[in-house]
Amino acid sequence: MEHLPILVVAVPLFVAFAIPLIDKVGGGRYAKEGVTVGSLLFSLIGMILLLKRVAALGPQVYVFGAALPTLTLPTGMKVPIRIMFEVDGMSAFMALSGSIAALAAAIYSIAYLKDETGKDRFYVLFLLLVVGMLGMELTGDIFNFFVFLEISSIASAALVAFRYYKAESIEAAIKYMVVGSLSALFVLIAVGFLYGKYDALNFAAIAKRMEFSWADKIALALLVVSLALKCGAVPLHMWLPDAYAEAPASVTALLVSVSQASLYGLFRVCFSLFGVKMSTLTVGWIVIIFGVLSMFIGVTMALVQKEIKRLMAFHAISQTGYMLLGVGVGLAVLGNPFDLKSYGLMAMKGGIFHIINHAMYKGLLFLTAGAVFYRAGTRDLNKLGGLAHNMPWTTVYFIIGAAAIAGLPPFNGFASKLMIYESVYKFNPILSIMAMIVSVLTLASFVKIFQSAFLGPQLPEYKDIKEAPMSMLVGMGILAFVVVFFGLFPELIVRTIVDPAAKALVDQASYISKVMGGM
Amino acid sequence: MPFVVVGVMLALGLYAILFSKNLIKIAIGLSIVESAVNLFLITLGYVKGAVAPIYTMAPAGKKMVLPTPQALTLTAIVIGLATTAMLLSLIVMAYKHYGTLDIRELRRLRG
Amino acid sequence: MRMSKIVRTITALLFWAVLVFGFYIVIHGHLTPGGGFQGGAVIASSTALFLIAFSKDEFLRKYKDVFLSVAESGGLLLFISIAFLGIGATFFYNFMANSGGIFGSPTPIGINDGDLNTAGTLPPMNIAVGLEVFGGLSLILLFMFLGAYLKPFSKESEVHEE
Repeated sequence: MEHLPILVVAVPLFVAFAIPLIDKVGGGRYAKEGVTVGSLLFSLIGMILLLKRVAALGPQVYVFGAALPTLTLPTGMKVPIRIMFEVDGMSAFMALSGSIAALAAAIYSIAYLKDETGKDRFYVLFLLLVVGMLGMELTGDIFNFFVFLEISSIASAALVAFRYYKAESIEAAIKYMVVGSLSALFVLIAVGFLYGKYDALNFAAIAKRMEFSWADKIALALLVVSLALKCGAVPLHMWLPDAYAEAPASVTALLVSVSQASLYGLFRVCFSLFGVKMSTLTVGWIVIIFGVLSMFIGVTMALVQKEIKRLMAFHAISQTGYMLLGVGVGLAVLGNPFDLKSYGLMAMKGGIFHIINHAMYKGLLFLTAGAVFYRAGTRDLNKLGGLAHNMPWTTVYFIIGAAAIAGLPPFNGFASKLMIYESVYKFNPILSIMAMIVSVLTLASFVKIFQSAFLGPQLPEYKDIKEAPMSMLVGMGILAFVVVFFGLFPELIVRTIVDPAAKALVDQASYISKVMGGM
Repeated sequence: MPFVVVGVMLALGLYAILFSKNLIKIAIGLSIVESAVNLFLITLGYVKGAVAPIYTMAPAGKKMVLPTPQALTLTAIVIGLATTAMLLSLIVMAYKHYGTLDIRELRRLRG
Repeated sequence: MRMSKIVRTITALLFWAVLVFGFYIVIHGHLTPGGGFQGGAVIASSTALFLIAFSKDEFLRKYKDVFLSVAESGGLLLFISIAFLGIGATFFYNFMANSGGIFGSPTPIGINDGDLNTAGTLPPMNIAVGLEVFGGLSLILLFMFLGAYLKPFSKESEVHEE
């Protein structure tokens, strides 16, 4: 059991490397799909067990290559020298959300990519992307974080370009690659600054000795900007709609979770690495401004889009804004225990709950968009129409996803948005009102898609199209089930997984002491 | 002194990425930024008069540098290689599609 | 697209020297500067030499690209399997060091002449990485080389990404 943190990452990695060999020896028609789904199912179950373990025993560490998984400080050493994974409530929460999305997307891909070539490479890259994402979320070492960031950004650029015969996907992949590797290099410069100052690469070891001098400020600025860029916050969002719109739908559903891994990195840096030693009010406001800009510009750009996936991609930016807003409010009042208790923690819970909700419903929406594209062959809203006659299940899934993203009860988006509105109102009423306006605009734009793609008379050119294939329905069904389940029992979810995640972010001391001992 | 070089290289690389119109030049700019970062990491571990941290046939009585920055740099170089290879192969594909390397021509995605 | 006879003859001579040097770097990874990646890159440079001096057809006759991709994923699998073998203690645990078996001699502390038979799992991991890097880099080179022959875009031509 103490090996769980590594197993959830290493098993998909092992399978990723084995896929080309399995493909070479033959091994059945669906061999690579089977092992991919199997390994992702293993990771999901492992993550659930790990989450339970973290809830029961507190943060878990896993030190590579040591005689014992928990031996963080070898005898006579003051700083940890080995690479380690450190899993607290927040990491486990993020990784759980990512592995659900990954499993659904992998099942969906089986039918979605049936007629494409190069599927063995697709599944290798897909698993590498999952490994990069989970690694970013579980690692306790800042350089290791950079390595996983690069793994995920290279794998996702390759996957965006998967349909290499389309000029648009190559163009999107080039943009993503340049922007992604540039931001990763900025993360590396920040790592250099921190290493040069503290001679350590471990989050906890650096946090323990954090002085917040000028070098740390440069590092913080570089980290915040580059991670905000990777998660698509607004002034730095230009790559995101292209990449999301041009990637195959199952990859886009996973890319949502991968961008959230960068978001997690941003929160981890702000809360656990710098924590109360920096001026949390300033940084908190910076994060809030990123959030509000993302919410507003994302949704207004989405309103004018004609292309279904591009429209959804702009909504992804806008929803990221909610998470940044919620957690940013928590960060802004981190130094003030009273405010933190009265509304800060609630805002953070809302933001964090919104992360998993967003990964689920936005993944679902992208998958339905992919199903529409798979059957109708176009993503242009002006050409689509009347699909509800032919694709009833896809329509139902779309309604679930759209209602969730617009924040209608009883779906999960409502629960988390309500938490954000209530708590942010106490912090600053204007921000809360803006969030509500954005929500209304979101609803308007999804009504537009629904009306133009699904409703209306049956168009002659779409008369013969059928419902999406089975595996795609199953993939969408998993996410739809999670959306509805979370919407019906928000209390349960908040109590079991969201609350520990928010507390884990705030509780910097136990994050440090788990690695550095009780000094 | 090396930090000045790092700064100059960073500025040059960023300039190339932001203002050049040719995809290959952008890739070169990215490589320059990468080299700047690698140089930065290596300089962090510099100790005057020390030798490389390898005990095989090492000269006696000299200080040794800490191997960690060098390990970091090696990893960054490996990752940089993968990035560059990926970017260049994408550029080859883009050339096959558009028949040009001018970024002003790569404008099918807007809005 | 072959180069002149002089280049081809020199390449045929140098090819093996490059290979041997690469293997030397891989095997001595735990004692000297270098290791799996560096050695693998040197070995892969022999591929580059071969590709440039001879034609791509001749290269594909000698090396099947199946062989290269098996080398790549086989190397990676070997690497991660060695890491998994240590899971009795932890992932990546060096269970072979100082065990007395192969690569298991105790490592002398301080300055020494370098004993190849030390360092436990590191040399096998270096070999695995060398194999992987050789396969991977050669594949990248090969596909980039083949990419230059592609016609401007048509849907049928099969292209491999990295």
